[in-house]
Amino acid sequence: MSAVIDDHGHAGHDHHHGPAKGLSRWLLTTNHKDIGSMYLWFSFCAFLLGGSMAMVIRAELFQPGLQIVQPEFFNQMTTMHGLIMVFGAVMPAFVGLANWMIPLMIGAPDMALPRMNNFSFWLLPAAFGLLVRTLFMEGGGPNFGWTFYAPLSTTYAPESVTFFIFAIHLMGISSIMGAINVVATVLNLRAPGMTLMKMPLFVWTWLITAFLLIAVMPVLAGVVTMMLMDIHFGTSFFSAAGGGDPVLFQHVFWFFGHPEVYIMILPAFGAVSSIIPAFSRKPLFGYTSMVYATGAIAFLSFIVWAHHMFTVGIPLTGELFFMYATMLIAVPTGVKVFNWVSTMWRGSLTFEAPMLFAVAFVILFSIGGFSGLMLAIAPADFQYHDTYFVVAHFHYVLVPGAIFGIFASAYYWLPKWTGHMYDETLAKLHFWMSFIGMNLAFFPMHFVGLAGMPRRIPDYNMMFANFNMISSVGAFMFGATQLLFLFIVIKCIRGGPAAAAKPWDGAEGLEWSVPSPAPYHTFTTPPDMHTLHEHRTGPKHD
Amino acid sequence: MSRHPMFWMSLGLWLLFGQAHAAWDVNMPAGVTDVSRSVFDLHMAIFWICVVIGALVFGVMIYSMIAHRRSKHPHSANFHENTKVEVAWTVIPLLILVGMAVPATRTLIHIYDSTESDVDIQVTGYQWKWHYKYLGEDVEFFSNLTTPRDQINNLAPKGEHYLLEVDEPMVIPTGAKVRFLITAADVIHSWWVPALAVKKDAIPGFINESWTRVEEPGIYRGQCTELCGKDHGFMPVVVDVRSPEDYAVWLAEKKAEAAKLAELTSKEWTIEELTERGEQVYRTACVACHQASGEGMPPTFPALKGSQMVTQDIEAHIDIVVNGKPGTSMAAFGKQLSEVDLAAVITYERNAWGNDTGEMVTPKDVLDFKQAEEATQ
Repeated sequence: MSAVIDDHGHAGHDHHHGPAKGLSRWLLTTNHKDIGSMYLWFSFCAFLLGGSMAMVIRAELFQPGLQIVQPEFFNQMTTMHGLIMVFGAVMPAFVGLANWMIPLMIGAPDMALPRMNNFSFWLLPAAFGLLVRTLFMEGGGPNFGWTFYAPLSTTYAPESVTFFIFAIHLMGISSIMGAINVVATVLNLRAPGMTLMKMPLFVWTWLITAFLLIAVMPVLAGVVTMMLMDIHFGTSFFSAAGGGDPVLFQHVFWFFGHPEVYIMILPAFGAVSSIIPAFSRKPLFGYTSMVYATGAIAFLSFIVWAHHMFTVGIPLTGELFFMYATMLIAVPTGVKVFNWVSTMWRGSLTFEAPMLFAVAFVILFSIGGFSGLMLAIAPADFQYHDTYFVVAHFHYVLVPGAIFGIFASAYYWLPKWTGHMYDETLAKLHFWMSFIGMNLAFFPMHFVGLAGMPRRIPDYNMMFANFNMISSVGAFMFGATQLLFLFIVIKCIRGGPAAAAKPWDGAEGLEWSVPSPAPYHTFTTPPDMHTLHEHRTGPKHD
Repeated sequence: MSRHPMFWMSLGLWLLFGQAHAAWDVNMPAGVTDVSRSVFDLHMAIFWICVVIGALVFGVMIYSMIAHRRSKHPHSANFHENTKVEVAWTVIPLLILVGMAVPATRTLIHIYDSTESDVDIQVTGYQWKWHYKYLGEDVEFFSNLTTPRDQINNLAPKGEHYLLEVDEPMVIPTGAKVRFLITAADVIHSWWVPALAVKKDAIPGFINESWTRVEEPGIYRGQCTELCGKDHGFMPVVVDVRSPEDYAVWLAEKKAEAAKLAELTSKEWTIEELTERGEQVYRTACVACHQASGEGMPPTFPALKGSQMVTQDIEAHIDIVVNGKPGTSMAAFGKQLSEVDLAAVITYERNAWGNDTGEMVTPKDVLDFKQAEEATQ
């Protein structure tokens, strides 16, 4: 399209103008980079809010006895911490990364559905406004755990549960729209020559994640709608007194909930699969098997939900089926870990912050995977279930898994986003403090769980006191360290050494073919095969 | 005066571990039943498998991080696939998993066989206490937390069994197969005794089965393990395992107690006797929400002090205590407390904290109320 035509008829569509000024830039933007940034900032705010709730929990659990909060508020804190971290911190962070990076990685000018993109972001502040406001309502906020099992969340719930239900509905709509956008973008807007099996793994894992989201978010919407009916319209889906079944709730919830945990980890798998090769200066080992392993994990995630319910009294055959299916997940997950290790093997490794977080991701996520395998053994799960062992397990897959994956991605792509290098010394400090803090916080939870401490209790016997104190110290350290991350990011935005188009010598991919910071509009014409080729073949040694 | 360093070291270790040895427990207890021991064996087997795989994978990784760092290994290799290796690391883990699934399946089948029991106990979870009913024996009772509020609020030193002590534990005989029929009256709870490796959810409207056979007498403690509301952390499970002879004695005593309670219902009570008994009942059943001062924790838990509910219509007062208030935290105590205790606590509430109505509700009044209700249904 010639510039002349642009000038006459479509001045507003001129591809060389910058962003609009003022508030309307952010309210009305359809630019994938702006929306990506908003998602990332939103997610970080939610991370700090959910994190401060975790600090309240750990402060109360610092010693036996009730010191800081009463049990009813404690329950609201555990519930809101879980909801905000899952739906407010981890998921939006990955959507933010997808918005920023997928168009840059596949040579697309923007996301396929930019207006919907704007809407799906702006639903989130509305949803979380509703959710957080419940804390100030009469009777308090949701206090039934992030898994909100009926009938505790229906017949016995505080009045604010209705607001919680609508907040979940809004988040679900936002996630589904975000996911549709990713699918549409990846399937339609790839640059010529960017075949599916040439896509970076981050794009692959996000494509699969998007299908998972589209499949399970409606199930979540269904289950909260059934709650709404039970609470306000006299139905009895989950009330045995009216012919319903409280266990039905758990089946439907976990049919959403198990794929959900993979939704929170697959994009991190993808990001780490770009970062480890970059800092090993060696192509990713087993690209094809990585893609198939991701697909296998996604498929298995639909047929293992009842392993969260081994103690509800499902029949022996059901118990066996879910045990075997769950154990199977170890195979594709193992393949991924072996591939990452082989990628490092005989590479030429350096350990900048993204690599530190990525290596810690592989090791610590594997520890979470091991405890997951232990939890899959149904008879042993009778002892582990709903104890701190489970809390340790899912924090090992979510904190060094999802969150370290996000930190690694942030440091890896910050130069591209801001045009500046971040402060490497401070970033390494951030890594080590996070690494030590998170292990101190979560490793002892394995011990107290095995020794018999149930989860979601505000007070405990003295036999659990020592490790709880250590956990709290670690949690405070991990929490405080995240303010350092905020400082590093702000410092990087405001200045720092200029970043080259490709600041990491071993990095691969189209995103490094555009200048740093990435211009407001990129790939307005698709990159040609040559550029594509250059950025797909092995690392350069310069 | 200098002592051998070993002395100080062992003193230190004794201070650290000797005082509260359990406080550093890092593993699951092996327990006291066949089932708990086979569960423990499974746990250790899968744990060691994970340790070995972890050591291998992390070993290779850490070696690579040291030997293949850029300063030692400036030129990276360029390999990126190897079908043989990839097949091997898919098939070998699969075989390990099959090896693990076999004993797990065997144990699970054993756990699921709850037939041919000698003693049947119905376990019902309430917010926030357990109820045990010995089927066919006419013995039933609630098991309440006895840890004083002062210990919880750090006003008194905590005892050894802090939060794990109850007024009446479940008592079972050694050597017998005891079957638990587990259900709940309000929300979902979960009944767990780690030493027996029994954990089963208590679900309102459904009955779950589980069983145990304990060889060693002793007191085994656990907790509710499914979030069930405010006092989820304050409803312990205590199982007192006794020899068959001691169990028979205990059972006979409980039966006699039940007979005595029936007698109490027909006794002529004075208001003083009722308020005195009522205060005890209030302390176990009501104090967590309505508070010792009767001031509650509004708005969720309303005050009883000066409340119209407890100073006006007697019928309405009996009704709310017996039937609870659906949709709120106010539980139905009609089945949880005896007529005597219901009458006592209602009388107490009508006369405590300056309510001073001077009115008395007798066990017979409560019985009449319940019977009238049954007649209308």
